[in-house]
Amino acid sequence: MNSDTLNSDSPRIEDGPLVTGRGRFMDDLPVSVRTAQMAVFRSSVAHARIARLNVDEARLLPGVLAVITSREVMAHTAPLAVGIRVPVECWPVAVDRVRYVGEPVAVVVAESRYIAEDAVDLIEVDYEPYEPVMSIDHALKADAAILHDKLGSNLCSDRSFCYGEPDAAFEQSDHTVSVDVLYPRNSCTPIETYGIVADYDAHTNTYEALTNFQGPFSIHTVVARALKVAGTQLRLKTPPDSGGSFGVKQAQFPYVVLACVAARVAGVPVKWIEDRVEHLTASVSATSRQTTLRAAVSSEGRVLALDWSQVEDVGAFIRAPEPATLYRMMGNMCGAYDIQNLRIRNRIVMTNRTPTGLNRGFGGPQVYYALERLMQRIAVELKLDPVDVIRTNLIRSEQFPYRTASGGLYDSGDYQLSVDEALRQGGFGELVTRRNAARREGKRYGIGTTACVEPSVSNMGYITAVLTPEERAKAGPKNGAISTATVSVDPSGSVAVHVASVPQGQGHRTVLANVVGDELGLDAAEITVVTELDTTRDGWSIASGNYSSRFAAAVCGAASIAADRLRLRLTEVAASQLNVRVDEVRLIKGAFSCADDATRAISFKRVASTGHWAPGTITGDGPPPLRETVFWTPPELAAPDADDRVNSSLCHGFIFDFCGVEVDVDTGQVTIDKYVTMHDCGRVLHQGMVDGQITGGFAHAVGAAIYEELAYAQDGSFVAGTFADYPVPTSMEIPDPVILHTCTPSPFTPLGAKGVGEGNTMSTPVCLANAVADALDVDDVQLPLSPTNILKMMNVAEPETSTPAASPGAFASRPIHGGGSVTVNATPLKIWLMLLDPQTLREIVPGCHSVDRVSGTDFVAHVRFGVGPVSGDYKVEIGLFDLDEPHSASLVGNATGALGNGSGEGRIELKPVDKTQTEIVWEYGAHAGGRVASVGSRLLNGATRIVMNRFFEALGRQAQDEGSPSGAEPGSDNEPETGLIGRALDRLLKRGDS
Amino acid sequence: MKPAKFDYICAATVEDVAEVLGEHGADARVLAGGQSLMPMLSMRLSRPQVVVDITRVPHLDGMRIEDDHLFVGAVARQQSLAGVADLATRFPLLSQALPWIGHYQTRVRGTVVGSLAHADPSAELPLCLVAMNGEINLRSPRGSRRVRAEDFFKGTMLTDMADDEFIQSARFPVAKPTDRFAFREVGRRHGDFAIVAAAAVRDDTGIHVTVGGVNDVPFRRRFDGLEVHDIGDAVSELAAELDTRSDLHASAALRRQLVRSLASDTLKEVLS
Ligand SMILES: Cc1cc2nc3c(=O)[nH]c(=O)nc-3n(C[C@H](O)[C@H](O)[C@H](O)COP(=O)(O)OP(=O)(O)OC[C@H]3O[C@@H](n4cnc5c(N)ncnc54)[C@H](O)[C@@H]3O)c2cc1C
Repeated sequence: MNSDTLNSDSPRIEDGPLVTGRGRFMDDLPVSVRTAQMAVFRSSVAHARIARLNVDEARLLPGVLAVITSREVMAHTAPLAVGIRVPVECWPVAVDRVRYVGEPVAVVVAESRYIAEDAVDLIEVDYEPYEPVMSIDHALKADAAILHDKLGSNLCSDRSFCYGEPDAAFEQSDHTVSVDVLYPRNSCTPIETYGIVADYDAHTNTYEALTNFQGPFSIHTVVARALKVAGTQLRLKTPPDSGGSFGVKQAQFPYVVLACVAARVAGVPVKWIEDRVEHLTASVSATSRQTTLRAAVSSEGRVLALDWSQVEDVGAFIRAPEPATLYRMMGNMCGAYDIQNLRIRNRIVMTNRTPTGLNRGFGGPQVYYALERLMQRIAVELKLDPVDVIRTNLIRSEQFPYRTASGGLYDSGDYQLSVDEALRQGGFGELVTRRNAARREGKRYGIGTTACVEPSVSNMGYITAVLTPEERAKAGPKNGAISTATVSVDPSGSVAVHVASVPQGQGHRTVLANVVGDELGLDAAEITVVTELDTTRDGWSIASGNYSSRFAAAVCGAASIAADRLRLRLTEVAASQLNVRVDEVRLIKGAFSCADDATRAISFKRVASTGHWAPGTITGDGPPPLRETVFWTPPELAAPDADDRVNSSLCHGFIFDFCGVEVDVDTGQVTIDKYVTMHDCGRVLHQGMVDGQITGGFAHAVGAAIYEELAYAQDGSFVAGTFADYPVPTSMEIPDPVILHTCTPSPFTPLGAKGVGEGNTMSTPVCLANAVADALDVDDVQLPLSPTNILKMMNVAEPETSTPAASPGAFASRPIHGGGSVTVNATPLKIWLMLLDPQTLREIVPGCHSVDRVSGTDFVAHVRFGVGPVSGDYKVEIGLFDLDEPHSASLVGNATGALGNGSGEGRIELKPVDKTQTEIVWEYGAHAGGRVASVGSRLLNGATRIVMNRFFEALGRQAQDEGSPSGAEPGSDNEPETGLIGRALDRLLKRGDS
Repeated sequence: MKPAKFDYICAATVEDVAEVLGEHGADARVLAGGQSLMPMLSMRLSRPQVVVDITRVPHLDGMRIEDDHLFVGAVARQQSLAGVADLATRFPLLSQALPWIGHYQTRVRGTVVGSLAHADPSAELPLCLVAMNGEINLRSPRGSRRVRAEDFFKGTMLTDMADDEFIQSARFPVAKPTDRFAFREVGRRHGDFAIVAAAAVRDDTGIHVTVGGVNDVPFRRRFDGLEVHDIGDAVSELAAELDTRSDLHASAALRRQLVRSLASDTLKEVLS
């Protein structure tokens, strides 16, 4: 094989079933009739002690088979293991304490998912709230609440690294340029969510889990250990198709443990399909990272040293394979640049957010966001051309293989050529002309550039760089990227290839059939590709799975070696059958023939079936050629050395991107005018697949750059629980990038291929950010580049108006706030007494079933709140304080119910207008959490206002002896409808009476 | 994401619907296109005891022009507006706003009246009804009544409808040839609810702008006698008057900015 691309136009084999609804995804596969369904009861608060958990009613619901809490989970499992030694226990359910919204607290197993969810609604929990820690800055504060008491702080790792002589470089350099950036939380949100069918066999003490888990299968060990069984007693199987993963499905392993325990306790197979709200809230997230990056720079823009300070937010627990996001790029911290002086400080903190894990790009977006913003700042501050700054610093082609400061070994590349070709073929010159023209018209137009190295085929040992060399020595070395493939022939002479890598849309079948067909002189259509994995039957190892863009380089590589070995053995058989020497045999188009006489030929099938039908005719050593299984690992992937140098990945592709964007100053919207992305991913195995990967990575990157954020409110509520609030861009928002290629094959992989699946998630967000920085002429850029953030960056003053700005009110800092007033025909005292009377309150609180006085000024009420179609039952606790009878009172309240929880405070004043009339003025601030906040935050303010207004309107009505309120005043929050609502309700009520 | 238990009633006549609502009141929900109700049922945000499906009631899907009005029956789909003859000249605002309502797929299922009943403060159709001075025909076991758009919307997902009422139809007046309309919207993505939408109208009664996505209900403000050079000040005042708040999709400052920008664009268009 010496063509640069192999069968590059062959159509995808897998698409027929996929586009006709005949894919075999997790939820399509048949289950046993005994299989029960699981639903998860999750925390609605970010940080609290579980004071009371009552699952009795849930257990009693007909159709419920089991309700499992931390008691059962702890009885059958051990905590989930993680790669650093810290006193943090991570269980798949909350134990005594919840640490993020969506954390599983209990699971229900029932005959149907409907019943299971009914039972979830019956679970009661009382939380004693702790302060939520919602940002990296906050987590590091000395007085911040601590998530894991035994740890003593929220910092779970702090390591520093030094390579070369950074101090000297900074001292000698002409300039120091630095950036301070925050990479936000986001996720690649596969279409298919998590899914598991788990079973337990008590006789053999064996667990079986069918799951769309994607690997790495090092996690198999974590699950087996958690379940306290030998690895061979955990049978993990994967379905043939997976509806996208992008790393995300790695993080379902805690649920695998949970479902296994549930199956064991319930005594039946248990199935769980995660829903979208669960997925967005609590599956996993990419890490958020706060980075300060400084560079020592010469006047020509040559970077002499880098000094990184990275603080990684891994969420509420550090969960395997973290802290891998922070260490995946360890060998690549200088990107595509030849910089040999490097200092790094890596810190990891925990916050009350969903734990993090694999996500397309995995550490790359975070690193390049800082590094390439820095390169842009160097150009701006030193008044240089950004492209020149990149070019000045690129590793030169004669330096390959290139050893980076921190130990990475870059396999191949011609970065200068790639940049030149990108600028030429991509039309950079015209883009500059276009920008200048746009600017002359007064438009905000900017150009961004980025150069990146895209690592692929991860070294399983890089994560141990988080340990000190001494700790590493004690733990024993970890390294490699072992991949496996089996190529076999059956008695009919047909060929099958099996790999331990489940396709998630990447087209494994097409590419593998091509690779193996190419080796064996067969048509791709003649090769059967099997991609399901069953750990009890199939070949696999810890690096198995579909991640770190390892498919083309490692998995196809292993398959080609296996096919090659089989070919050699079959050639020997053919030689003996043709009665010629082995080197005289040719394998072309399904037949072995003699080199000098093509008419002397035997079909491939005939030769291949010989081992089955006539093994006795085969001479030579070893078993007959029926099956070749290859376990391949590259020698270049060594464990980190004593100086913390590590080659974190095997392959290093190169990307150079540039783009033009226009920012609409009126609407804050960013439009991508042109995007050019140049890739050198080594040898291309299938052009369509490679371009598909680039397009897909680009789409995810546009989402991360402009639209998406797994957002939390200050109180720790998660507020992006649907695709309305987590706005993944669609084909309408994503332009087609111009894709260009250069090719320097990797000398380290069997086929010369490198990974290409993640590059644009690394290069594109920062390229767009650089373009926006250029368009707006600003120093700092905040992702996502949403209209709100753009407006903030532009920092333009609002026009003065004669209308006085509405007074913000005492509670304006609360996410939900408001107020109002109403004048009623009653004395303050009368109203005062009503407010303290449970009987009256029961009558006037909208939807109230009961009110009880707990103590003098504390009440508990059961209320059905509803706005339009949305309604739910709540238990409301209200306490009054600062009582100044009959003038004013303050109150605090807490509401909990199936739709979520809320808490707030308020103040009421009773101002006598004259002898008979009183003006009631109220103000409140609140926040809401749980389901209603995560899926309907947009509507919460309005809904709360309606409930508050209804209450006071009702109070007013009740208080006066006759007639309607004497005139409602607009509320202090510019609430013209207050009076309207009163009148409307009044009308409504009267109509109801008539 | 499975709904709580409910009874499903497939109504055969308008009287059926009225009867069910008369009996169950707030415990019953009308099901039209289901594009808003079904997700709310699945997420258990809404837990009615009875769901009454009105999509099989004969003739409720009708749309006709009568008395200079477009009558839209309760189950006429949003996308069928596109089939109304001369929509662009007789109902310019509906014609301009239609492509902004969700996606083609949701418009094919979602109903015009369902959107009005749902009263989402960011929805386009309530904005159009208010801007066009449309009306709602309500029906209950107690009879029928007609409500003007500006009296109908009361708050976020709150309308003047009583628990036993439902909307039988809505009516939008035909534009006069001299009337001018302009519509603008900004959302995060194609098909999203508006962050801010604005519609300006100039007719023989004067000039007004209606803004959606900001207050709890579409907010209409008159600018009678407005001249082009006053637009800047006028829209600044408008933005300051509104109850702009910050949420996940837009800060209060962005909303004000958008109000100024969209109101100004639409006013310029109807004044030119
Ligand atoms: C992906 C997506 C994007 C969307 N984007 C937009 C958008 O950009 N702009 C927009 O305006 N909308 C949008 N929508 C909402 C869509 O327009 C809905 O169809 C509409 O809000 C409700 O209409 P429906 O017929 O589906 O009503 P349903 O969902 O059936 O009902 C909605 C509510 O109205 C009540 N109801 C319905 N009909 C009546 C009646 N005749 N009398 C009394 N009550 C009734 C129901 O009981 C329910 O409470 C979107 C929806 C989706 C799924």
